[in-house]
Amino acid sequence: MAITFTVNGQEQSLDVEPQMPLLWALREQLGLTGTKFGCGISACGACTVHLDGRPVRSCVLPVSAVDGKTVTTIEGLASHGVLHAVQEAWIAHQVPQCGYCQSGLIMAVVGLLAQNPAPSDDQIDAAITNICRCGTFARVRRAIHSLAQRGKATS
Amino acid sequence: MNKWTRRTFIGAGTVAGGGFLLGVAGFTFAPGRHTLVGEDASEKGQLTTWITVTPDNVITVLIPHCEMGQGTLTALAMMAAEEMEADWSMVRVLEAPALGEYANGYVVRAAGGDYIPAVMARGVDYGSFKAAQWFGFQVTGGSTAVRSTGEYGMRVAGAAAKEMLLSAAARQWGVPAADCAARASRIVHAASGRSAAFGELARTAATLPVPTSPALKEPDTFTIRRTSPPRLDIPPKVDGSAVYGIDFTTPGMLYAALEIAPVQGGRLTSVDAAPAEAMPGVRQVVGLEEAVAVVADSFWRARRALAALKPVFDDAGHGAVSTTSIFAAFDAALGPPPEMPAGAARVVTADYRVPFLAHATMEPMACTARVEGDGAEVWTGVQDPLNARSVAAKALGIKPEQVRVTNLLLGGGFGRRLPFNFDYVDLAVRIAKAVSPVPVKTIWTRENDIQHDYYRPAAMSRHAGALDAGGAPLAVKSHYTGGGNGEAVFMPYAITDTGAEEKEANHPIRPGQWRSVLNSQHGFFKESFIDEMAHAAGKDPYEFRRALLGNRPRFKAVLERVAAMANWGAPLPAGEGRGIALCESFGTIVGEVAHVAVSAEGGLRVRHVYAAVDCGDVVNPDSATAQVEGAIVFALSAAMLSEITIAGGRVVETNFRDYPMIHLAEAPRITAEFIRSDATLGGLGEPIVPPLAPAVTNAIFAATGVRVRNLPIRNQAAAVGLTPSPDTRSAPPPTGGSPAR
Ligand code: FES
Ligand code: FES
Repeated sequence: MAITFTVNGQEQSLDVEPQMPLLWALREQLGLTGTKFGCGISACGACTVHLDGRPVRSCVLPVSAVDGKTVTTIEGLASHGVLHAVQEAWIAHQVPQCGYCQSGLIMAVVGLLAQNPAPSDDQIDAAITNICRCGTFARVRRAIHSLAQRGKATS
Repeated sequence: MNKWTRRTFIGAGTVAGGGFLLGVAGFTFAPGRHTLVGEDASEKGQLTTWITVTPDNVITVLIPHCEMGQGTLTALAMMAAEEMEADWSMVRVLEAPALGEYANGYVVRAAGGDYIPAVMARGVDYGSFKAAQWFGFQVTGGSTAVRSTGEYGMRVAGAAAKEMLLSAAARQWGVPAADCAARASRIVHAASGRSAAFGELARTAATLPVPTSPALKEPDTFTIRRTSPPRLDIPPKVDGSAVYGIDFTTPGMLYAALEIAPVQGGRLTSVDAAPAEAMPGVRQVVGLEEAVAVVADSFWRARRALAALKPVFDDAGHGAVSTTSIFAAFDAALGPPPEMPAGAARVVTADYRVPFLAHATMEPMACTARVEGDGAEVWTGVQDPLNARSVAAKALGIKPEQVRVTNLLLGGGFGRRLPFNFDYVDLAVRIAKAVSPVPVKTIWTRENDIQHDYYRPAAMSRHAGALDAGGAPLAVKSHYTGGGNGEAVFMPYAITDTGAEEKEANHPIRPGQWRSVLNSQHGFFKESFIDEMAHAAGKDPYEFRRALLGNRPRFKAVLERVAAMANWGAPLPAGEGRGIALCESFGTIVGEVAHVAVSAEGGLRVRHVYAAVDCGDVVNPDSATAQVEGAIVFALSAAMLSEITIAGGRVVETNFRDYPMIHLAEAPRITAEFIRSDATLGGLGEPIVPPLAPAVTNAIFAATGVRVRNLPIRNQAAAVGLTPSPDTRSAPPPTGGSPAR
């Protein structure tokens, strides 16, 4: 049974086992390797993508669960070659080190800011539970606050 | 083979002329090694081995190191560009290919013994290095990139390129080169007002001889170094386009999932392949000496089929080994505490224990290989592509020249991807050979990664110290075991009677180099004990240390700076405390103060960590600061939470649930300052780690009066009067795939 869903604005149809996690369908069937494998048990957030605009951990999400839905990955975050504000802030604050966790972190932060454009430190703590072995958290927090400031300035 | 000690350091310096680093790097970057250019050098504008300038004025710097997020590529390119007087916006970097010509650390054989870089010496200690063998290394480890490759390679290359461009312009204009100057990627002749861009001159310049000892700039004329241009490796890391080892894809590629003998050294005794072979997408079940792999058309299918197998492994006779048995052996080996001088007014003794640790790089191990006939191609992420090439060749019984290694980005290294740790390359090429000529990507699960690491060795020390009637220390001595020896036991304090003696206690858990290596254990031991001595003497732990640093101005300056940063001595509310620690490693002196708060409601919080760092000079202050911030979080995960335990000869922990990490919510505020000294450049990737654990446990003591002598701290939560607050944040969402939070 084919599973049909929209990924980064394009309709895709996959003929794979319904239990195959979305992570592997994205990486291996669709060649979208920006979404990373870190733990496979929903403990690290490296595999975070958006499902209908909300962050999910794709390593534990069966591909059948996205049938008929819309998925956005890190590759689809920029629009028409213009980086998303979170990606811009990540460069401005020089957040990534090895960078491996950053796709998932950026997707989680985009999800948070969509819900709450100016989160408090406590709200950031509660929402951003991704693991970063390089320890980039100080800059993650700073970049989020800078976006909240910018949000305030433009609203 | 000599071990790496302070004595051989001096010996090597004498032999090689002017210091060990110069010895090694002098060899690596000997004049001949700056002139490895092809026949078409002039056409390409290749000025030296490491620098090419094309007509569009783009300067490409070839870097013989890998990028793990430490900013090496950018820092090294900055060092070359500075000497070259380049326009930084036109500088690009390229990682050198895995070829012997670009090795960055050949073993240097000097009269009287074999001298090898410190980071390699650990391989010697661990017995995997054969004295008779000569290896080519292209290693990134030991925090050496900037201080060896940068100082002796990139600077010289940049300066040489500048001199060649100056000569080319001078010839063209018929003026003395001395009347010309380089500025922002142009050569200018002020007297005549003529000027030419580097790109216009490069082809001619590339025909000139490469100067072997060009003049280097004085630090006070730096215009690129000591500034913080954005790191060159960052943009592809925010849009998913960066390609890590695990991301490599090639047409027709299959995927392998792996189960390795759970007890290190164990062998595969039997496996019935039939259940896996019957499953969809499965190509082959591959039995190896120490593992079984399933090769399939997707990783998930390979993993699912692997789970259907019931391989039987032997335990190599190590089935009774456990954390308890290892520490019991340590305890016995240490014997009675070191003897203290007669006539001491007070003797202090203490035992300290630190656990095995896994690296848990964010990217699990992965390696793609294709074997055909007597050739092979390998795509992976390693801290030493040249050594990885040798490992692949050996596994396949072919010559290194018959293997091509492409090194991709590393999703974290921390020592896991150093030479001698290339089991993931070794296994991947053997699997690929079984399905030759099809390319296969072998991906390790996080469980594979945690359970089959080269672990930071568990270690134990038994310290004794003596104080005179006035509270001045007379002696500090230790017996230690498990962690190996090294300079890590060195203390800067003016105490006349000191000594550290290693005791043998062997176990079969395979050791590795983990960010800061032996210093990670010994930093905790010695800075905990000096704190205990201060307490026994009834003195403030900062003042006690400071009084013993009269002859060590750099150490003293670092200690004083970090104390000032942390407002040491200012009163704190009940339940809060500050702890201080001071360590030197990799040529860098680091002082850290941790400010902790302990309460029944809030648990144990590390609120703020201050770090003062003397690494001589800083190339890129912002990326150096990022290294400090990251290393503190890395070290805090280890100090608070991490422990690999052994039962039945196997590693018990499996994944981030039972090997938890500090999250954003627990990450402390971090303030870092660098002290510029005229000392030789020190490393930065590692030296921040050792002082963190003792700073935190010393702060816990200040806050609660409870001395934590065994890591991780979470095991001591009850003693500190807390209920442990373990890895709740890694708990799974209620249903699979619910919103990530
Ligand atoms: S890989 Fe999905 S949460 Fe870690
Ligand atoms: S940047 Fe390396 S794990 Fe986050």
